[in-house]
Amino acid sequence: MTQAVKPRDNRAWYLVAPVMVSIVFTAVIPLMMVINYSVQDIFGQSRLFVGADWFNKTLEDPAFRGSFLRNLAFSIQVLIIQIPLGIVLGLGLPKKGWRSSMALVLMAMPLLIPFNVVGTIWLVFARGDIGLGGYFLNNIVGLDINYAQDSFDAWTTVLVMDTWHWTPLVALLVYAGLRAIPDAYYQAATIDGASKFAIFRYVQLPRLRGVLTIAVLLRFMDSFMIFTEPFVLTGGGPGDTTNFLSISLAQLAQAFNLGPAAAYSLVYFFFIQLSCFIFFTILKRF
Amino acid sequence: MAEIRLVDLNHQYDVGGAYALKDVNLTWDDGGAYALLGPSGCGKTTMLNIISGLVRPSEGAVMFNDVDVARTSTADRDIAQVFQFPVIYESMTVRENLEFPLRNRGISKRDASARAVEIAELLQIDHMMKRRAQQLTADAKQLVSLARALVRREVSAILFDEPLTVIDPQKKWELRQALKRVHAELNHTLVYVTHDQTEALTFADEVVVMNAGGVMQKGTPVDLFEQPANTFVGNFIGSPGMNFFSAKVENGVASLAGTKLLEVPSGTQANGDPSDVIGVRPEFVRWHSTPADQRVPVTVTKLNDVGTAVMATFTVDGATGMARLPISDRPETGPGWVSFSRLQLFRNGDSLDNCKPIGLAEGASRA
Repeated sequence: MTQAVKPRDNRAWYLVAPVMVSIVFTAVIPLMMVINYSVQDIFGQSRLFVGADWFNKTLEDPAFRGSFLRNLAFSIQVLIIQIPLGIVLGLGLPKKGWRSSMALVLMAMPLLIPFNVVGTIWLVFARGDIGLGGYFLNNIVGLDINYAQDSFDAWTTVLVMDTWHWTPLVALLVYAGLRAIPDAYYQAATIDGASKFAIFRYVQLPRLRGVLTIAVLLRFMDSFMIFTEPFVLTGGGPGDTTNFLSISLAQLAQAFNLGPAAAYSLVYFFFIQLSCFIFFTILKRF
Repeated sequence: MAEIRLVDLNHQYDVGGAYALKDVNLTWDDGGAYALLGPSGCGKTTMLNIISGLVRPSEGAVMFNDVDVARTSTADRDIAQVFQFPVIYESMTVRENLEFPLRNRGISKRDASARAVEIAELLQIDHMMKRRAQQLTADAKQLVSLARALVRREVSAILFDEPLTVIDPQKKWELRQALKRVHAELNHTLVYVTHDQTEALTFADEVVVMNAGGVMQKGTPVDLFEQPANTFVGNFIGSPGMNFFSAKVENGVASLAGTKLLEVPSGTQANGDPSDVIGVRPEFVRWHSTPADQRVPVTVTKLNDVGTAVMATFTVDGATGMARLPISDRPETGPGWVSFSRLQLFRNGDSLDNCKPIGLAEGASRA
């Protein structure tokens, strides 16, 4: 009779509702639409259910495979170059005083420039006839740089541009990580007779683990999704040299090939998710 | 093993800035256990870092067995340091942590490993040798950093910079026992920085009290308690610190509230100085309900039971003092009399030696 009934009150859900609604409109519905398109052939008013056909076509498409491998190679090169370079820069930054502030501001500048402006800057900078960098390499160093026609030059220019644009992010993360190491660690290592390299290997690197995990994840995702800068600089060319996944995806979608474009984006999306999960799992174990 | 002597040491962190250390002359005997005690910012850590070589003194010499090492690098000094927070190499195992200082100095893997095991056994951490240092608790980490300080055979002095700050109270006792065991076994010179006087007084053979960059007094815990060299030590050591009452010195006799208490030695300023104060520890105050010679009239204003004793607050001549009285001797609030079993006269903050207490049995006070 007198058994206490615990009052149940689910009104707390109302507090979560605004977030849920906005996520539904910004993420869930668009994603469901893409999934919906990916299993249909849409031509004007007629729609036909095609199952996994677009996925099979995408995975077998040599153009997709080419872009995918190009993207993968690009991201791997980005990580190989930018992570060590960012560590070196972060280690070399002045530690205190006005020099430190100035170095940080100067180094962070590329991060503040809009992506399409970065592309435009390099479009001009790397030109052999009027660009400062291109002219210098062609007429003073004596190379023959032409990113509009030579595929190796185009690839290298995009890679250098991305390095210029994003290495400061890695360096800033490393700098922040290094500042968080208490002086006592360096003092103890000095007393223990550790060399500069041993200090880096056993004091600094282990304590940079967290920031480097973030740096690797961010750099991998951003470079794998790169679009604006190569689009402005080379438009994917010459030929297909810099035709990354996002660029060919944009071409598909703009041509209203909705089914193939949807399947394409889902495969793309899934691969990025999977890679980040793998990176995160591996890096967390160190 | 080494005797460490600091000669005319001065240090400023910035040229023209304040002195972090001022005119320090100090000798640490070989094999002694010392505590360096003082309030925050008094220069303790600076002195420690100068001894270990992490800081280079602006002026003066640091002598290890009569060799000046003030300009020798830290790695080349036979010294180890344990820090306030456990500093370990987190990516290594405990064993690798212990071998690290040896391997850096070119000692073979086999010898380093044997020595690491030896020290780990001494500190009773040999069961955790294979574990990653990162997974240990704070006190185990601090034991590992202590062990790492001990592995180098040539180390003759170990410096501790408040090493028990982050340790749980129960574990503090165990760590302090481990330290004592190590000291008994290996006989290093130990210098232990702390601002906790209980820790300092229980650990050390001798205590150095510092304030504002200078050494205030060096002595055994008993010396510091019974014969503070100045009002700073009198106040800083003890809880509560020493009572100070301004004294009137006339014709070679110091008196308080009209009661003659001390004979000032001949040769000193017989008619006193405005800075003259009589210092008495609360522990050396006795309360009486009747007047007599050498009893000072007071008013007891407050009584506070602290379990093993009664803390009495009293006023004399407008100044306030504290007395720690046995429970059996519980006073009454209101007018009464106190006598002092040990007292000192301070002039300009420094103890005036050879004052003779009036009316006390010979030897009751050496001050």
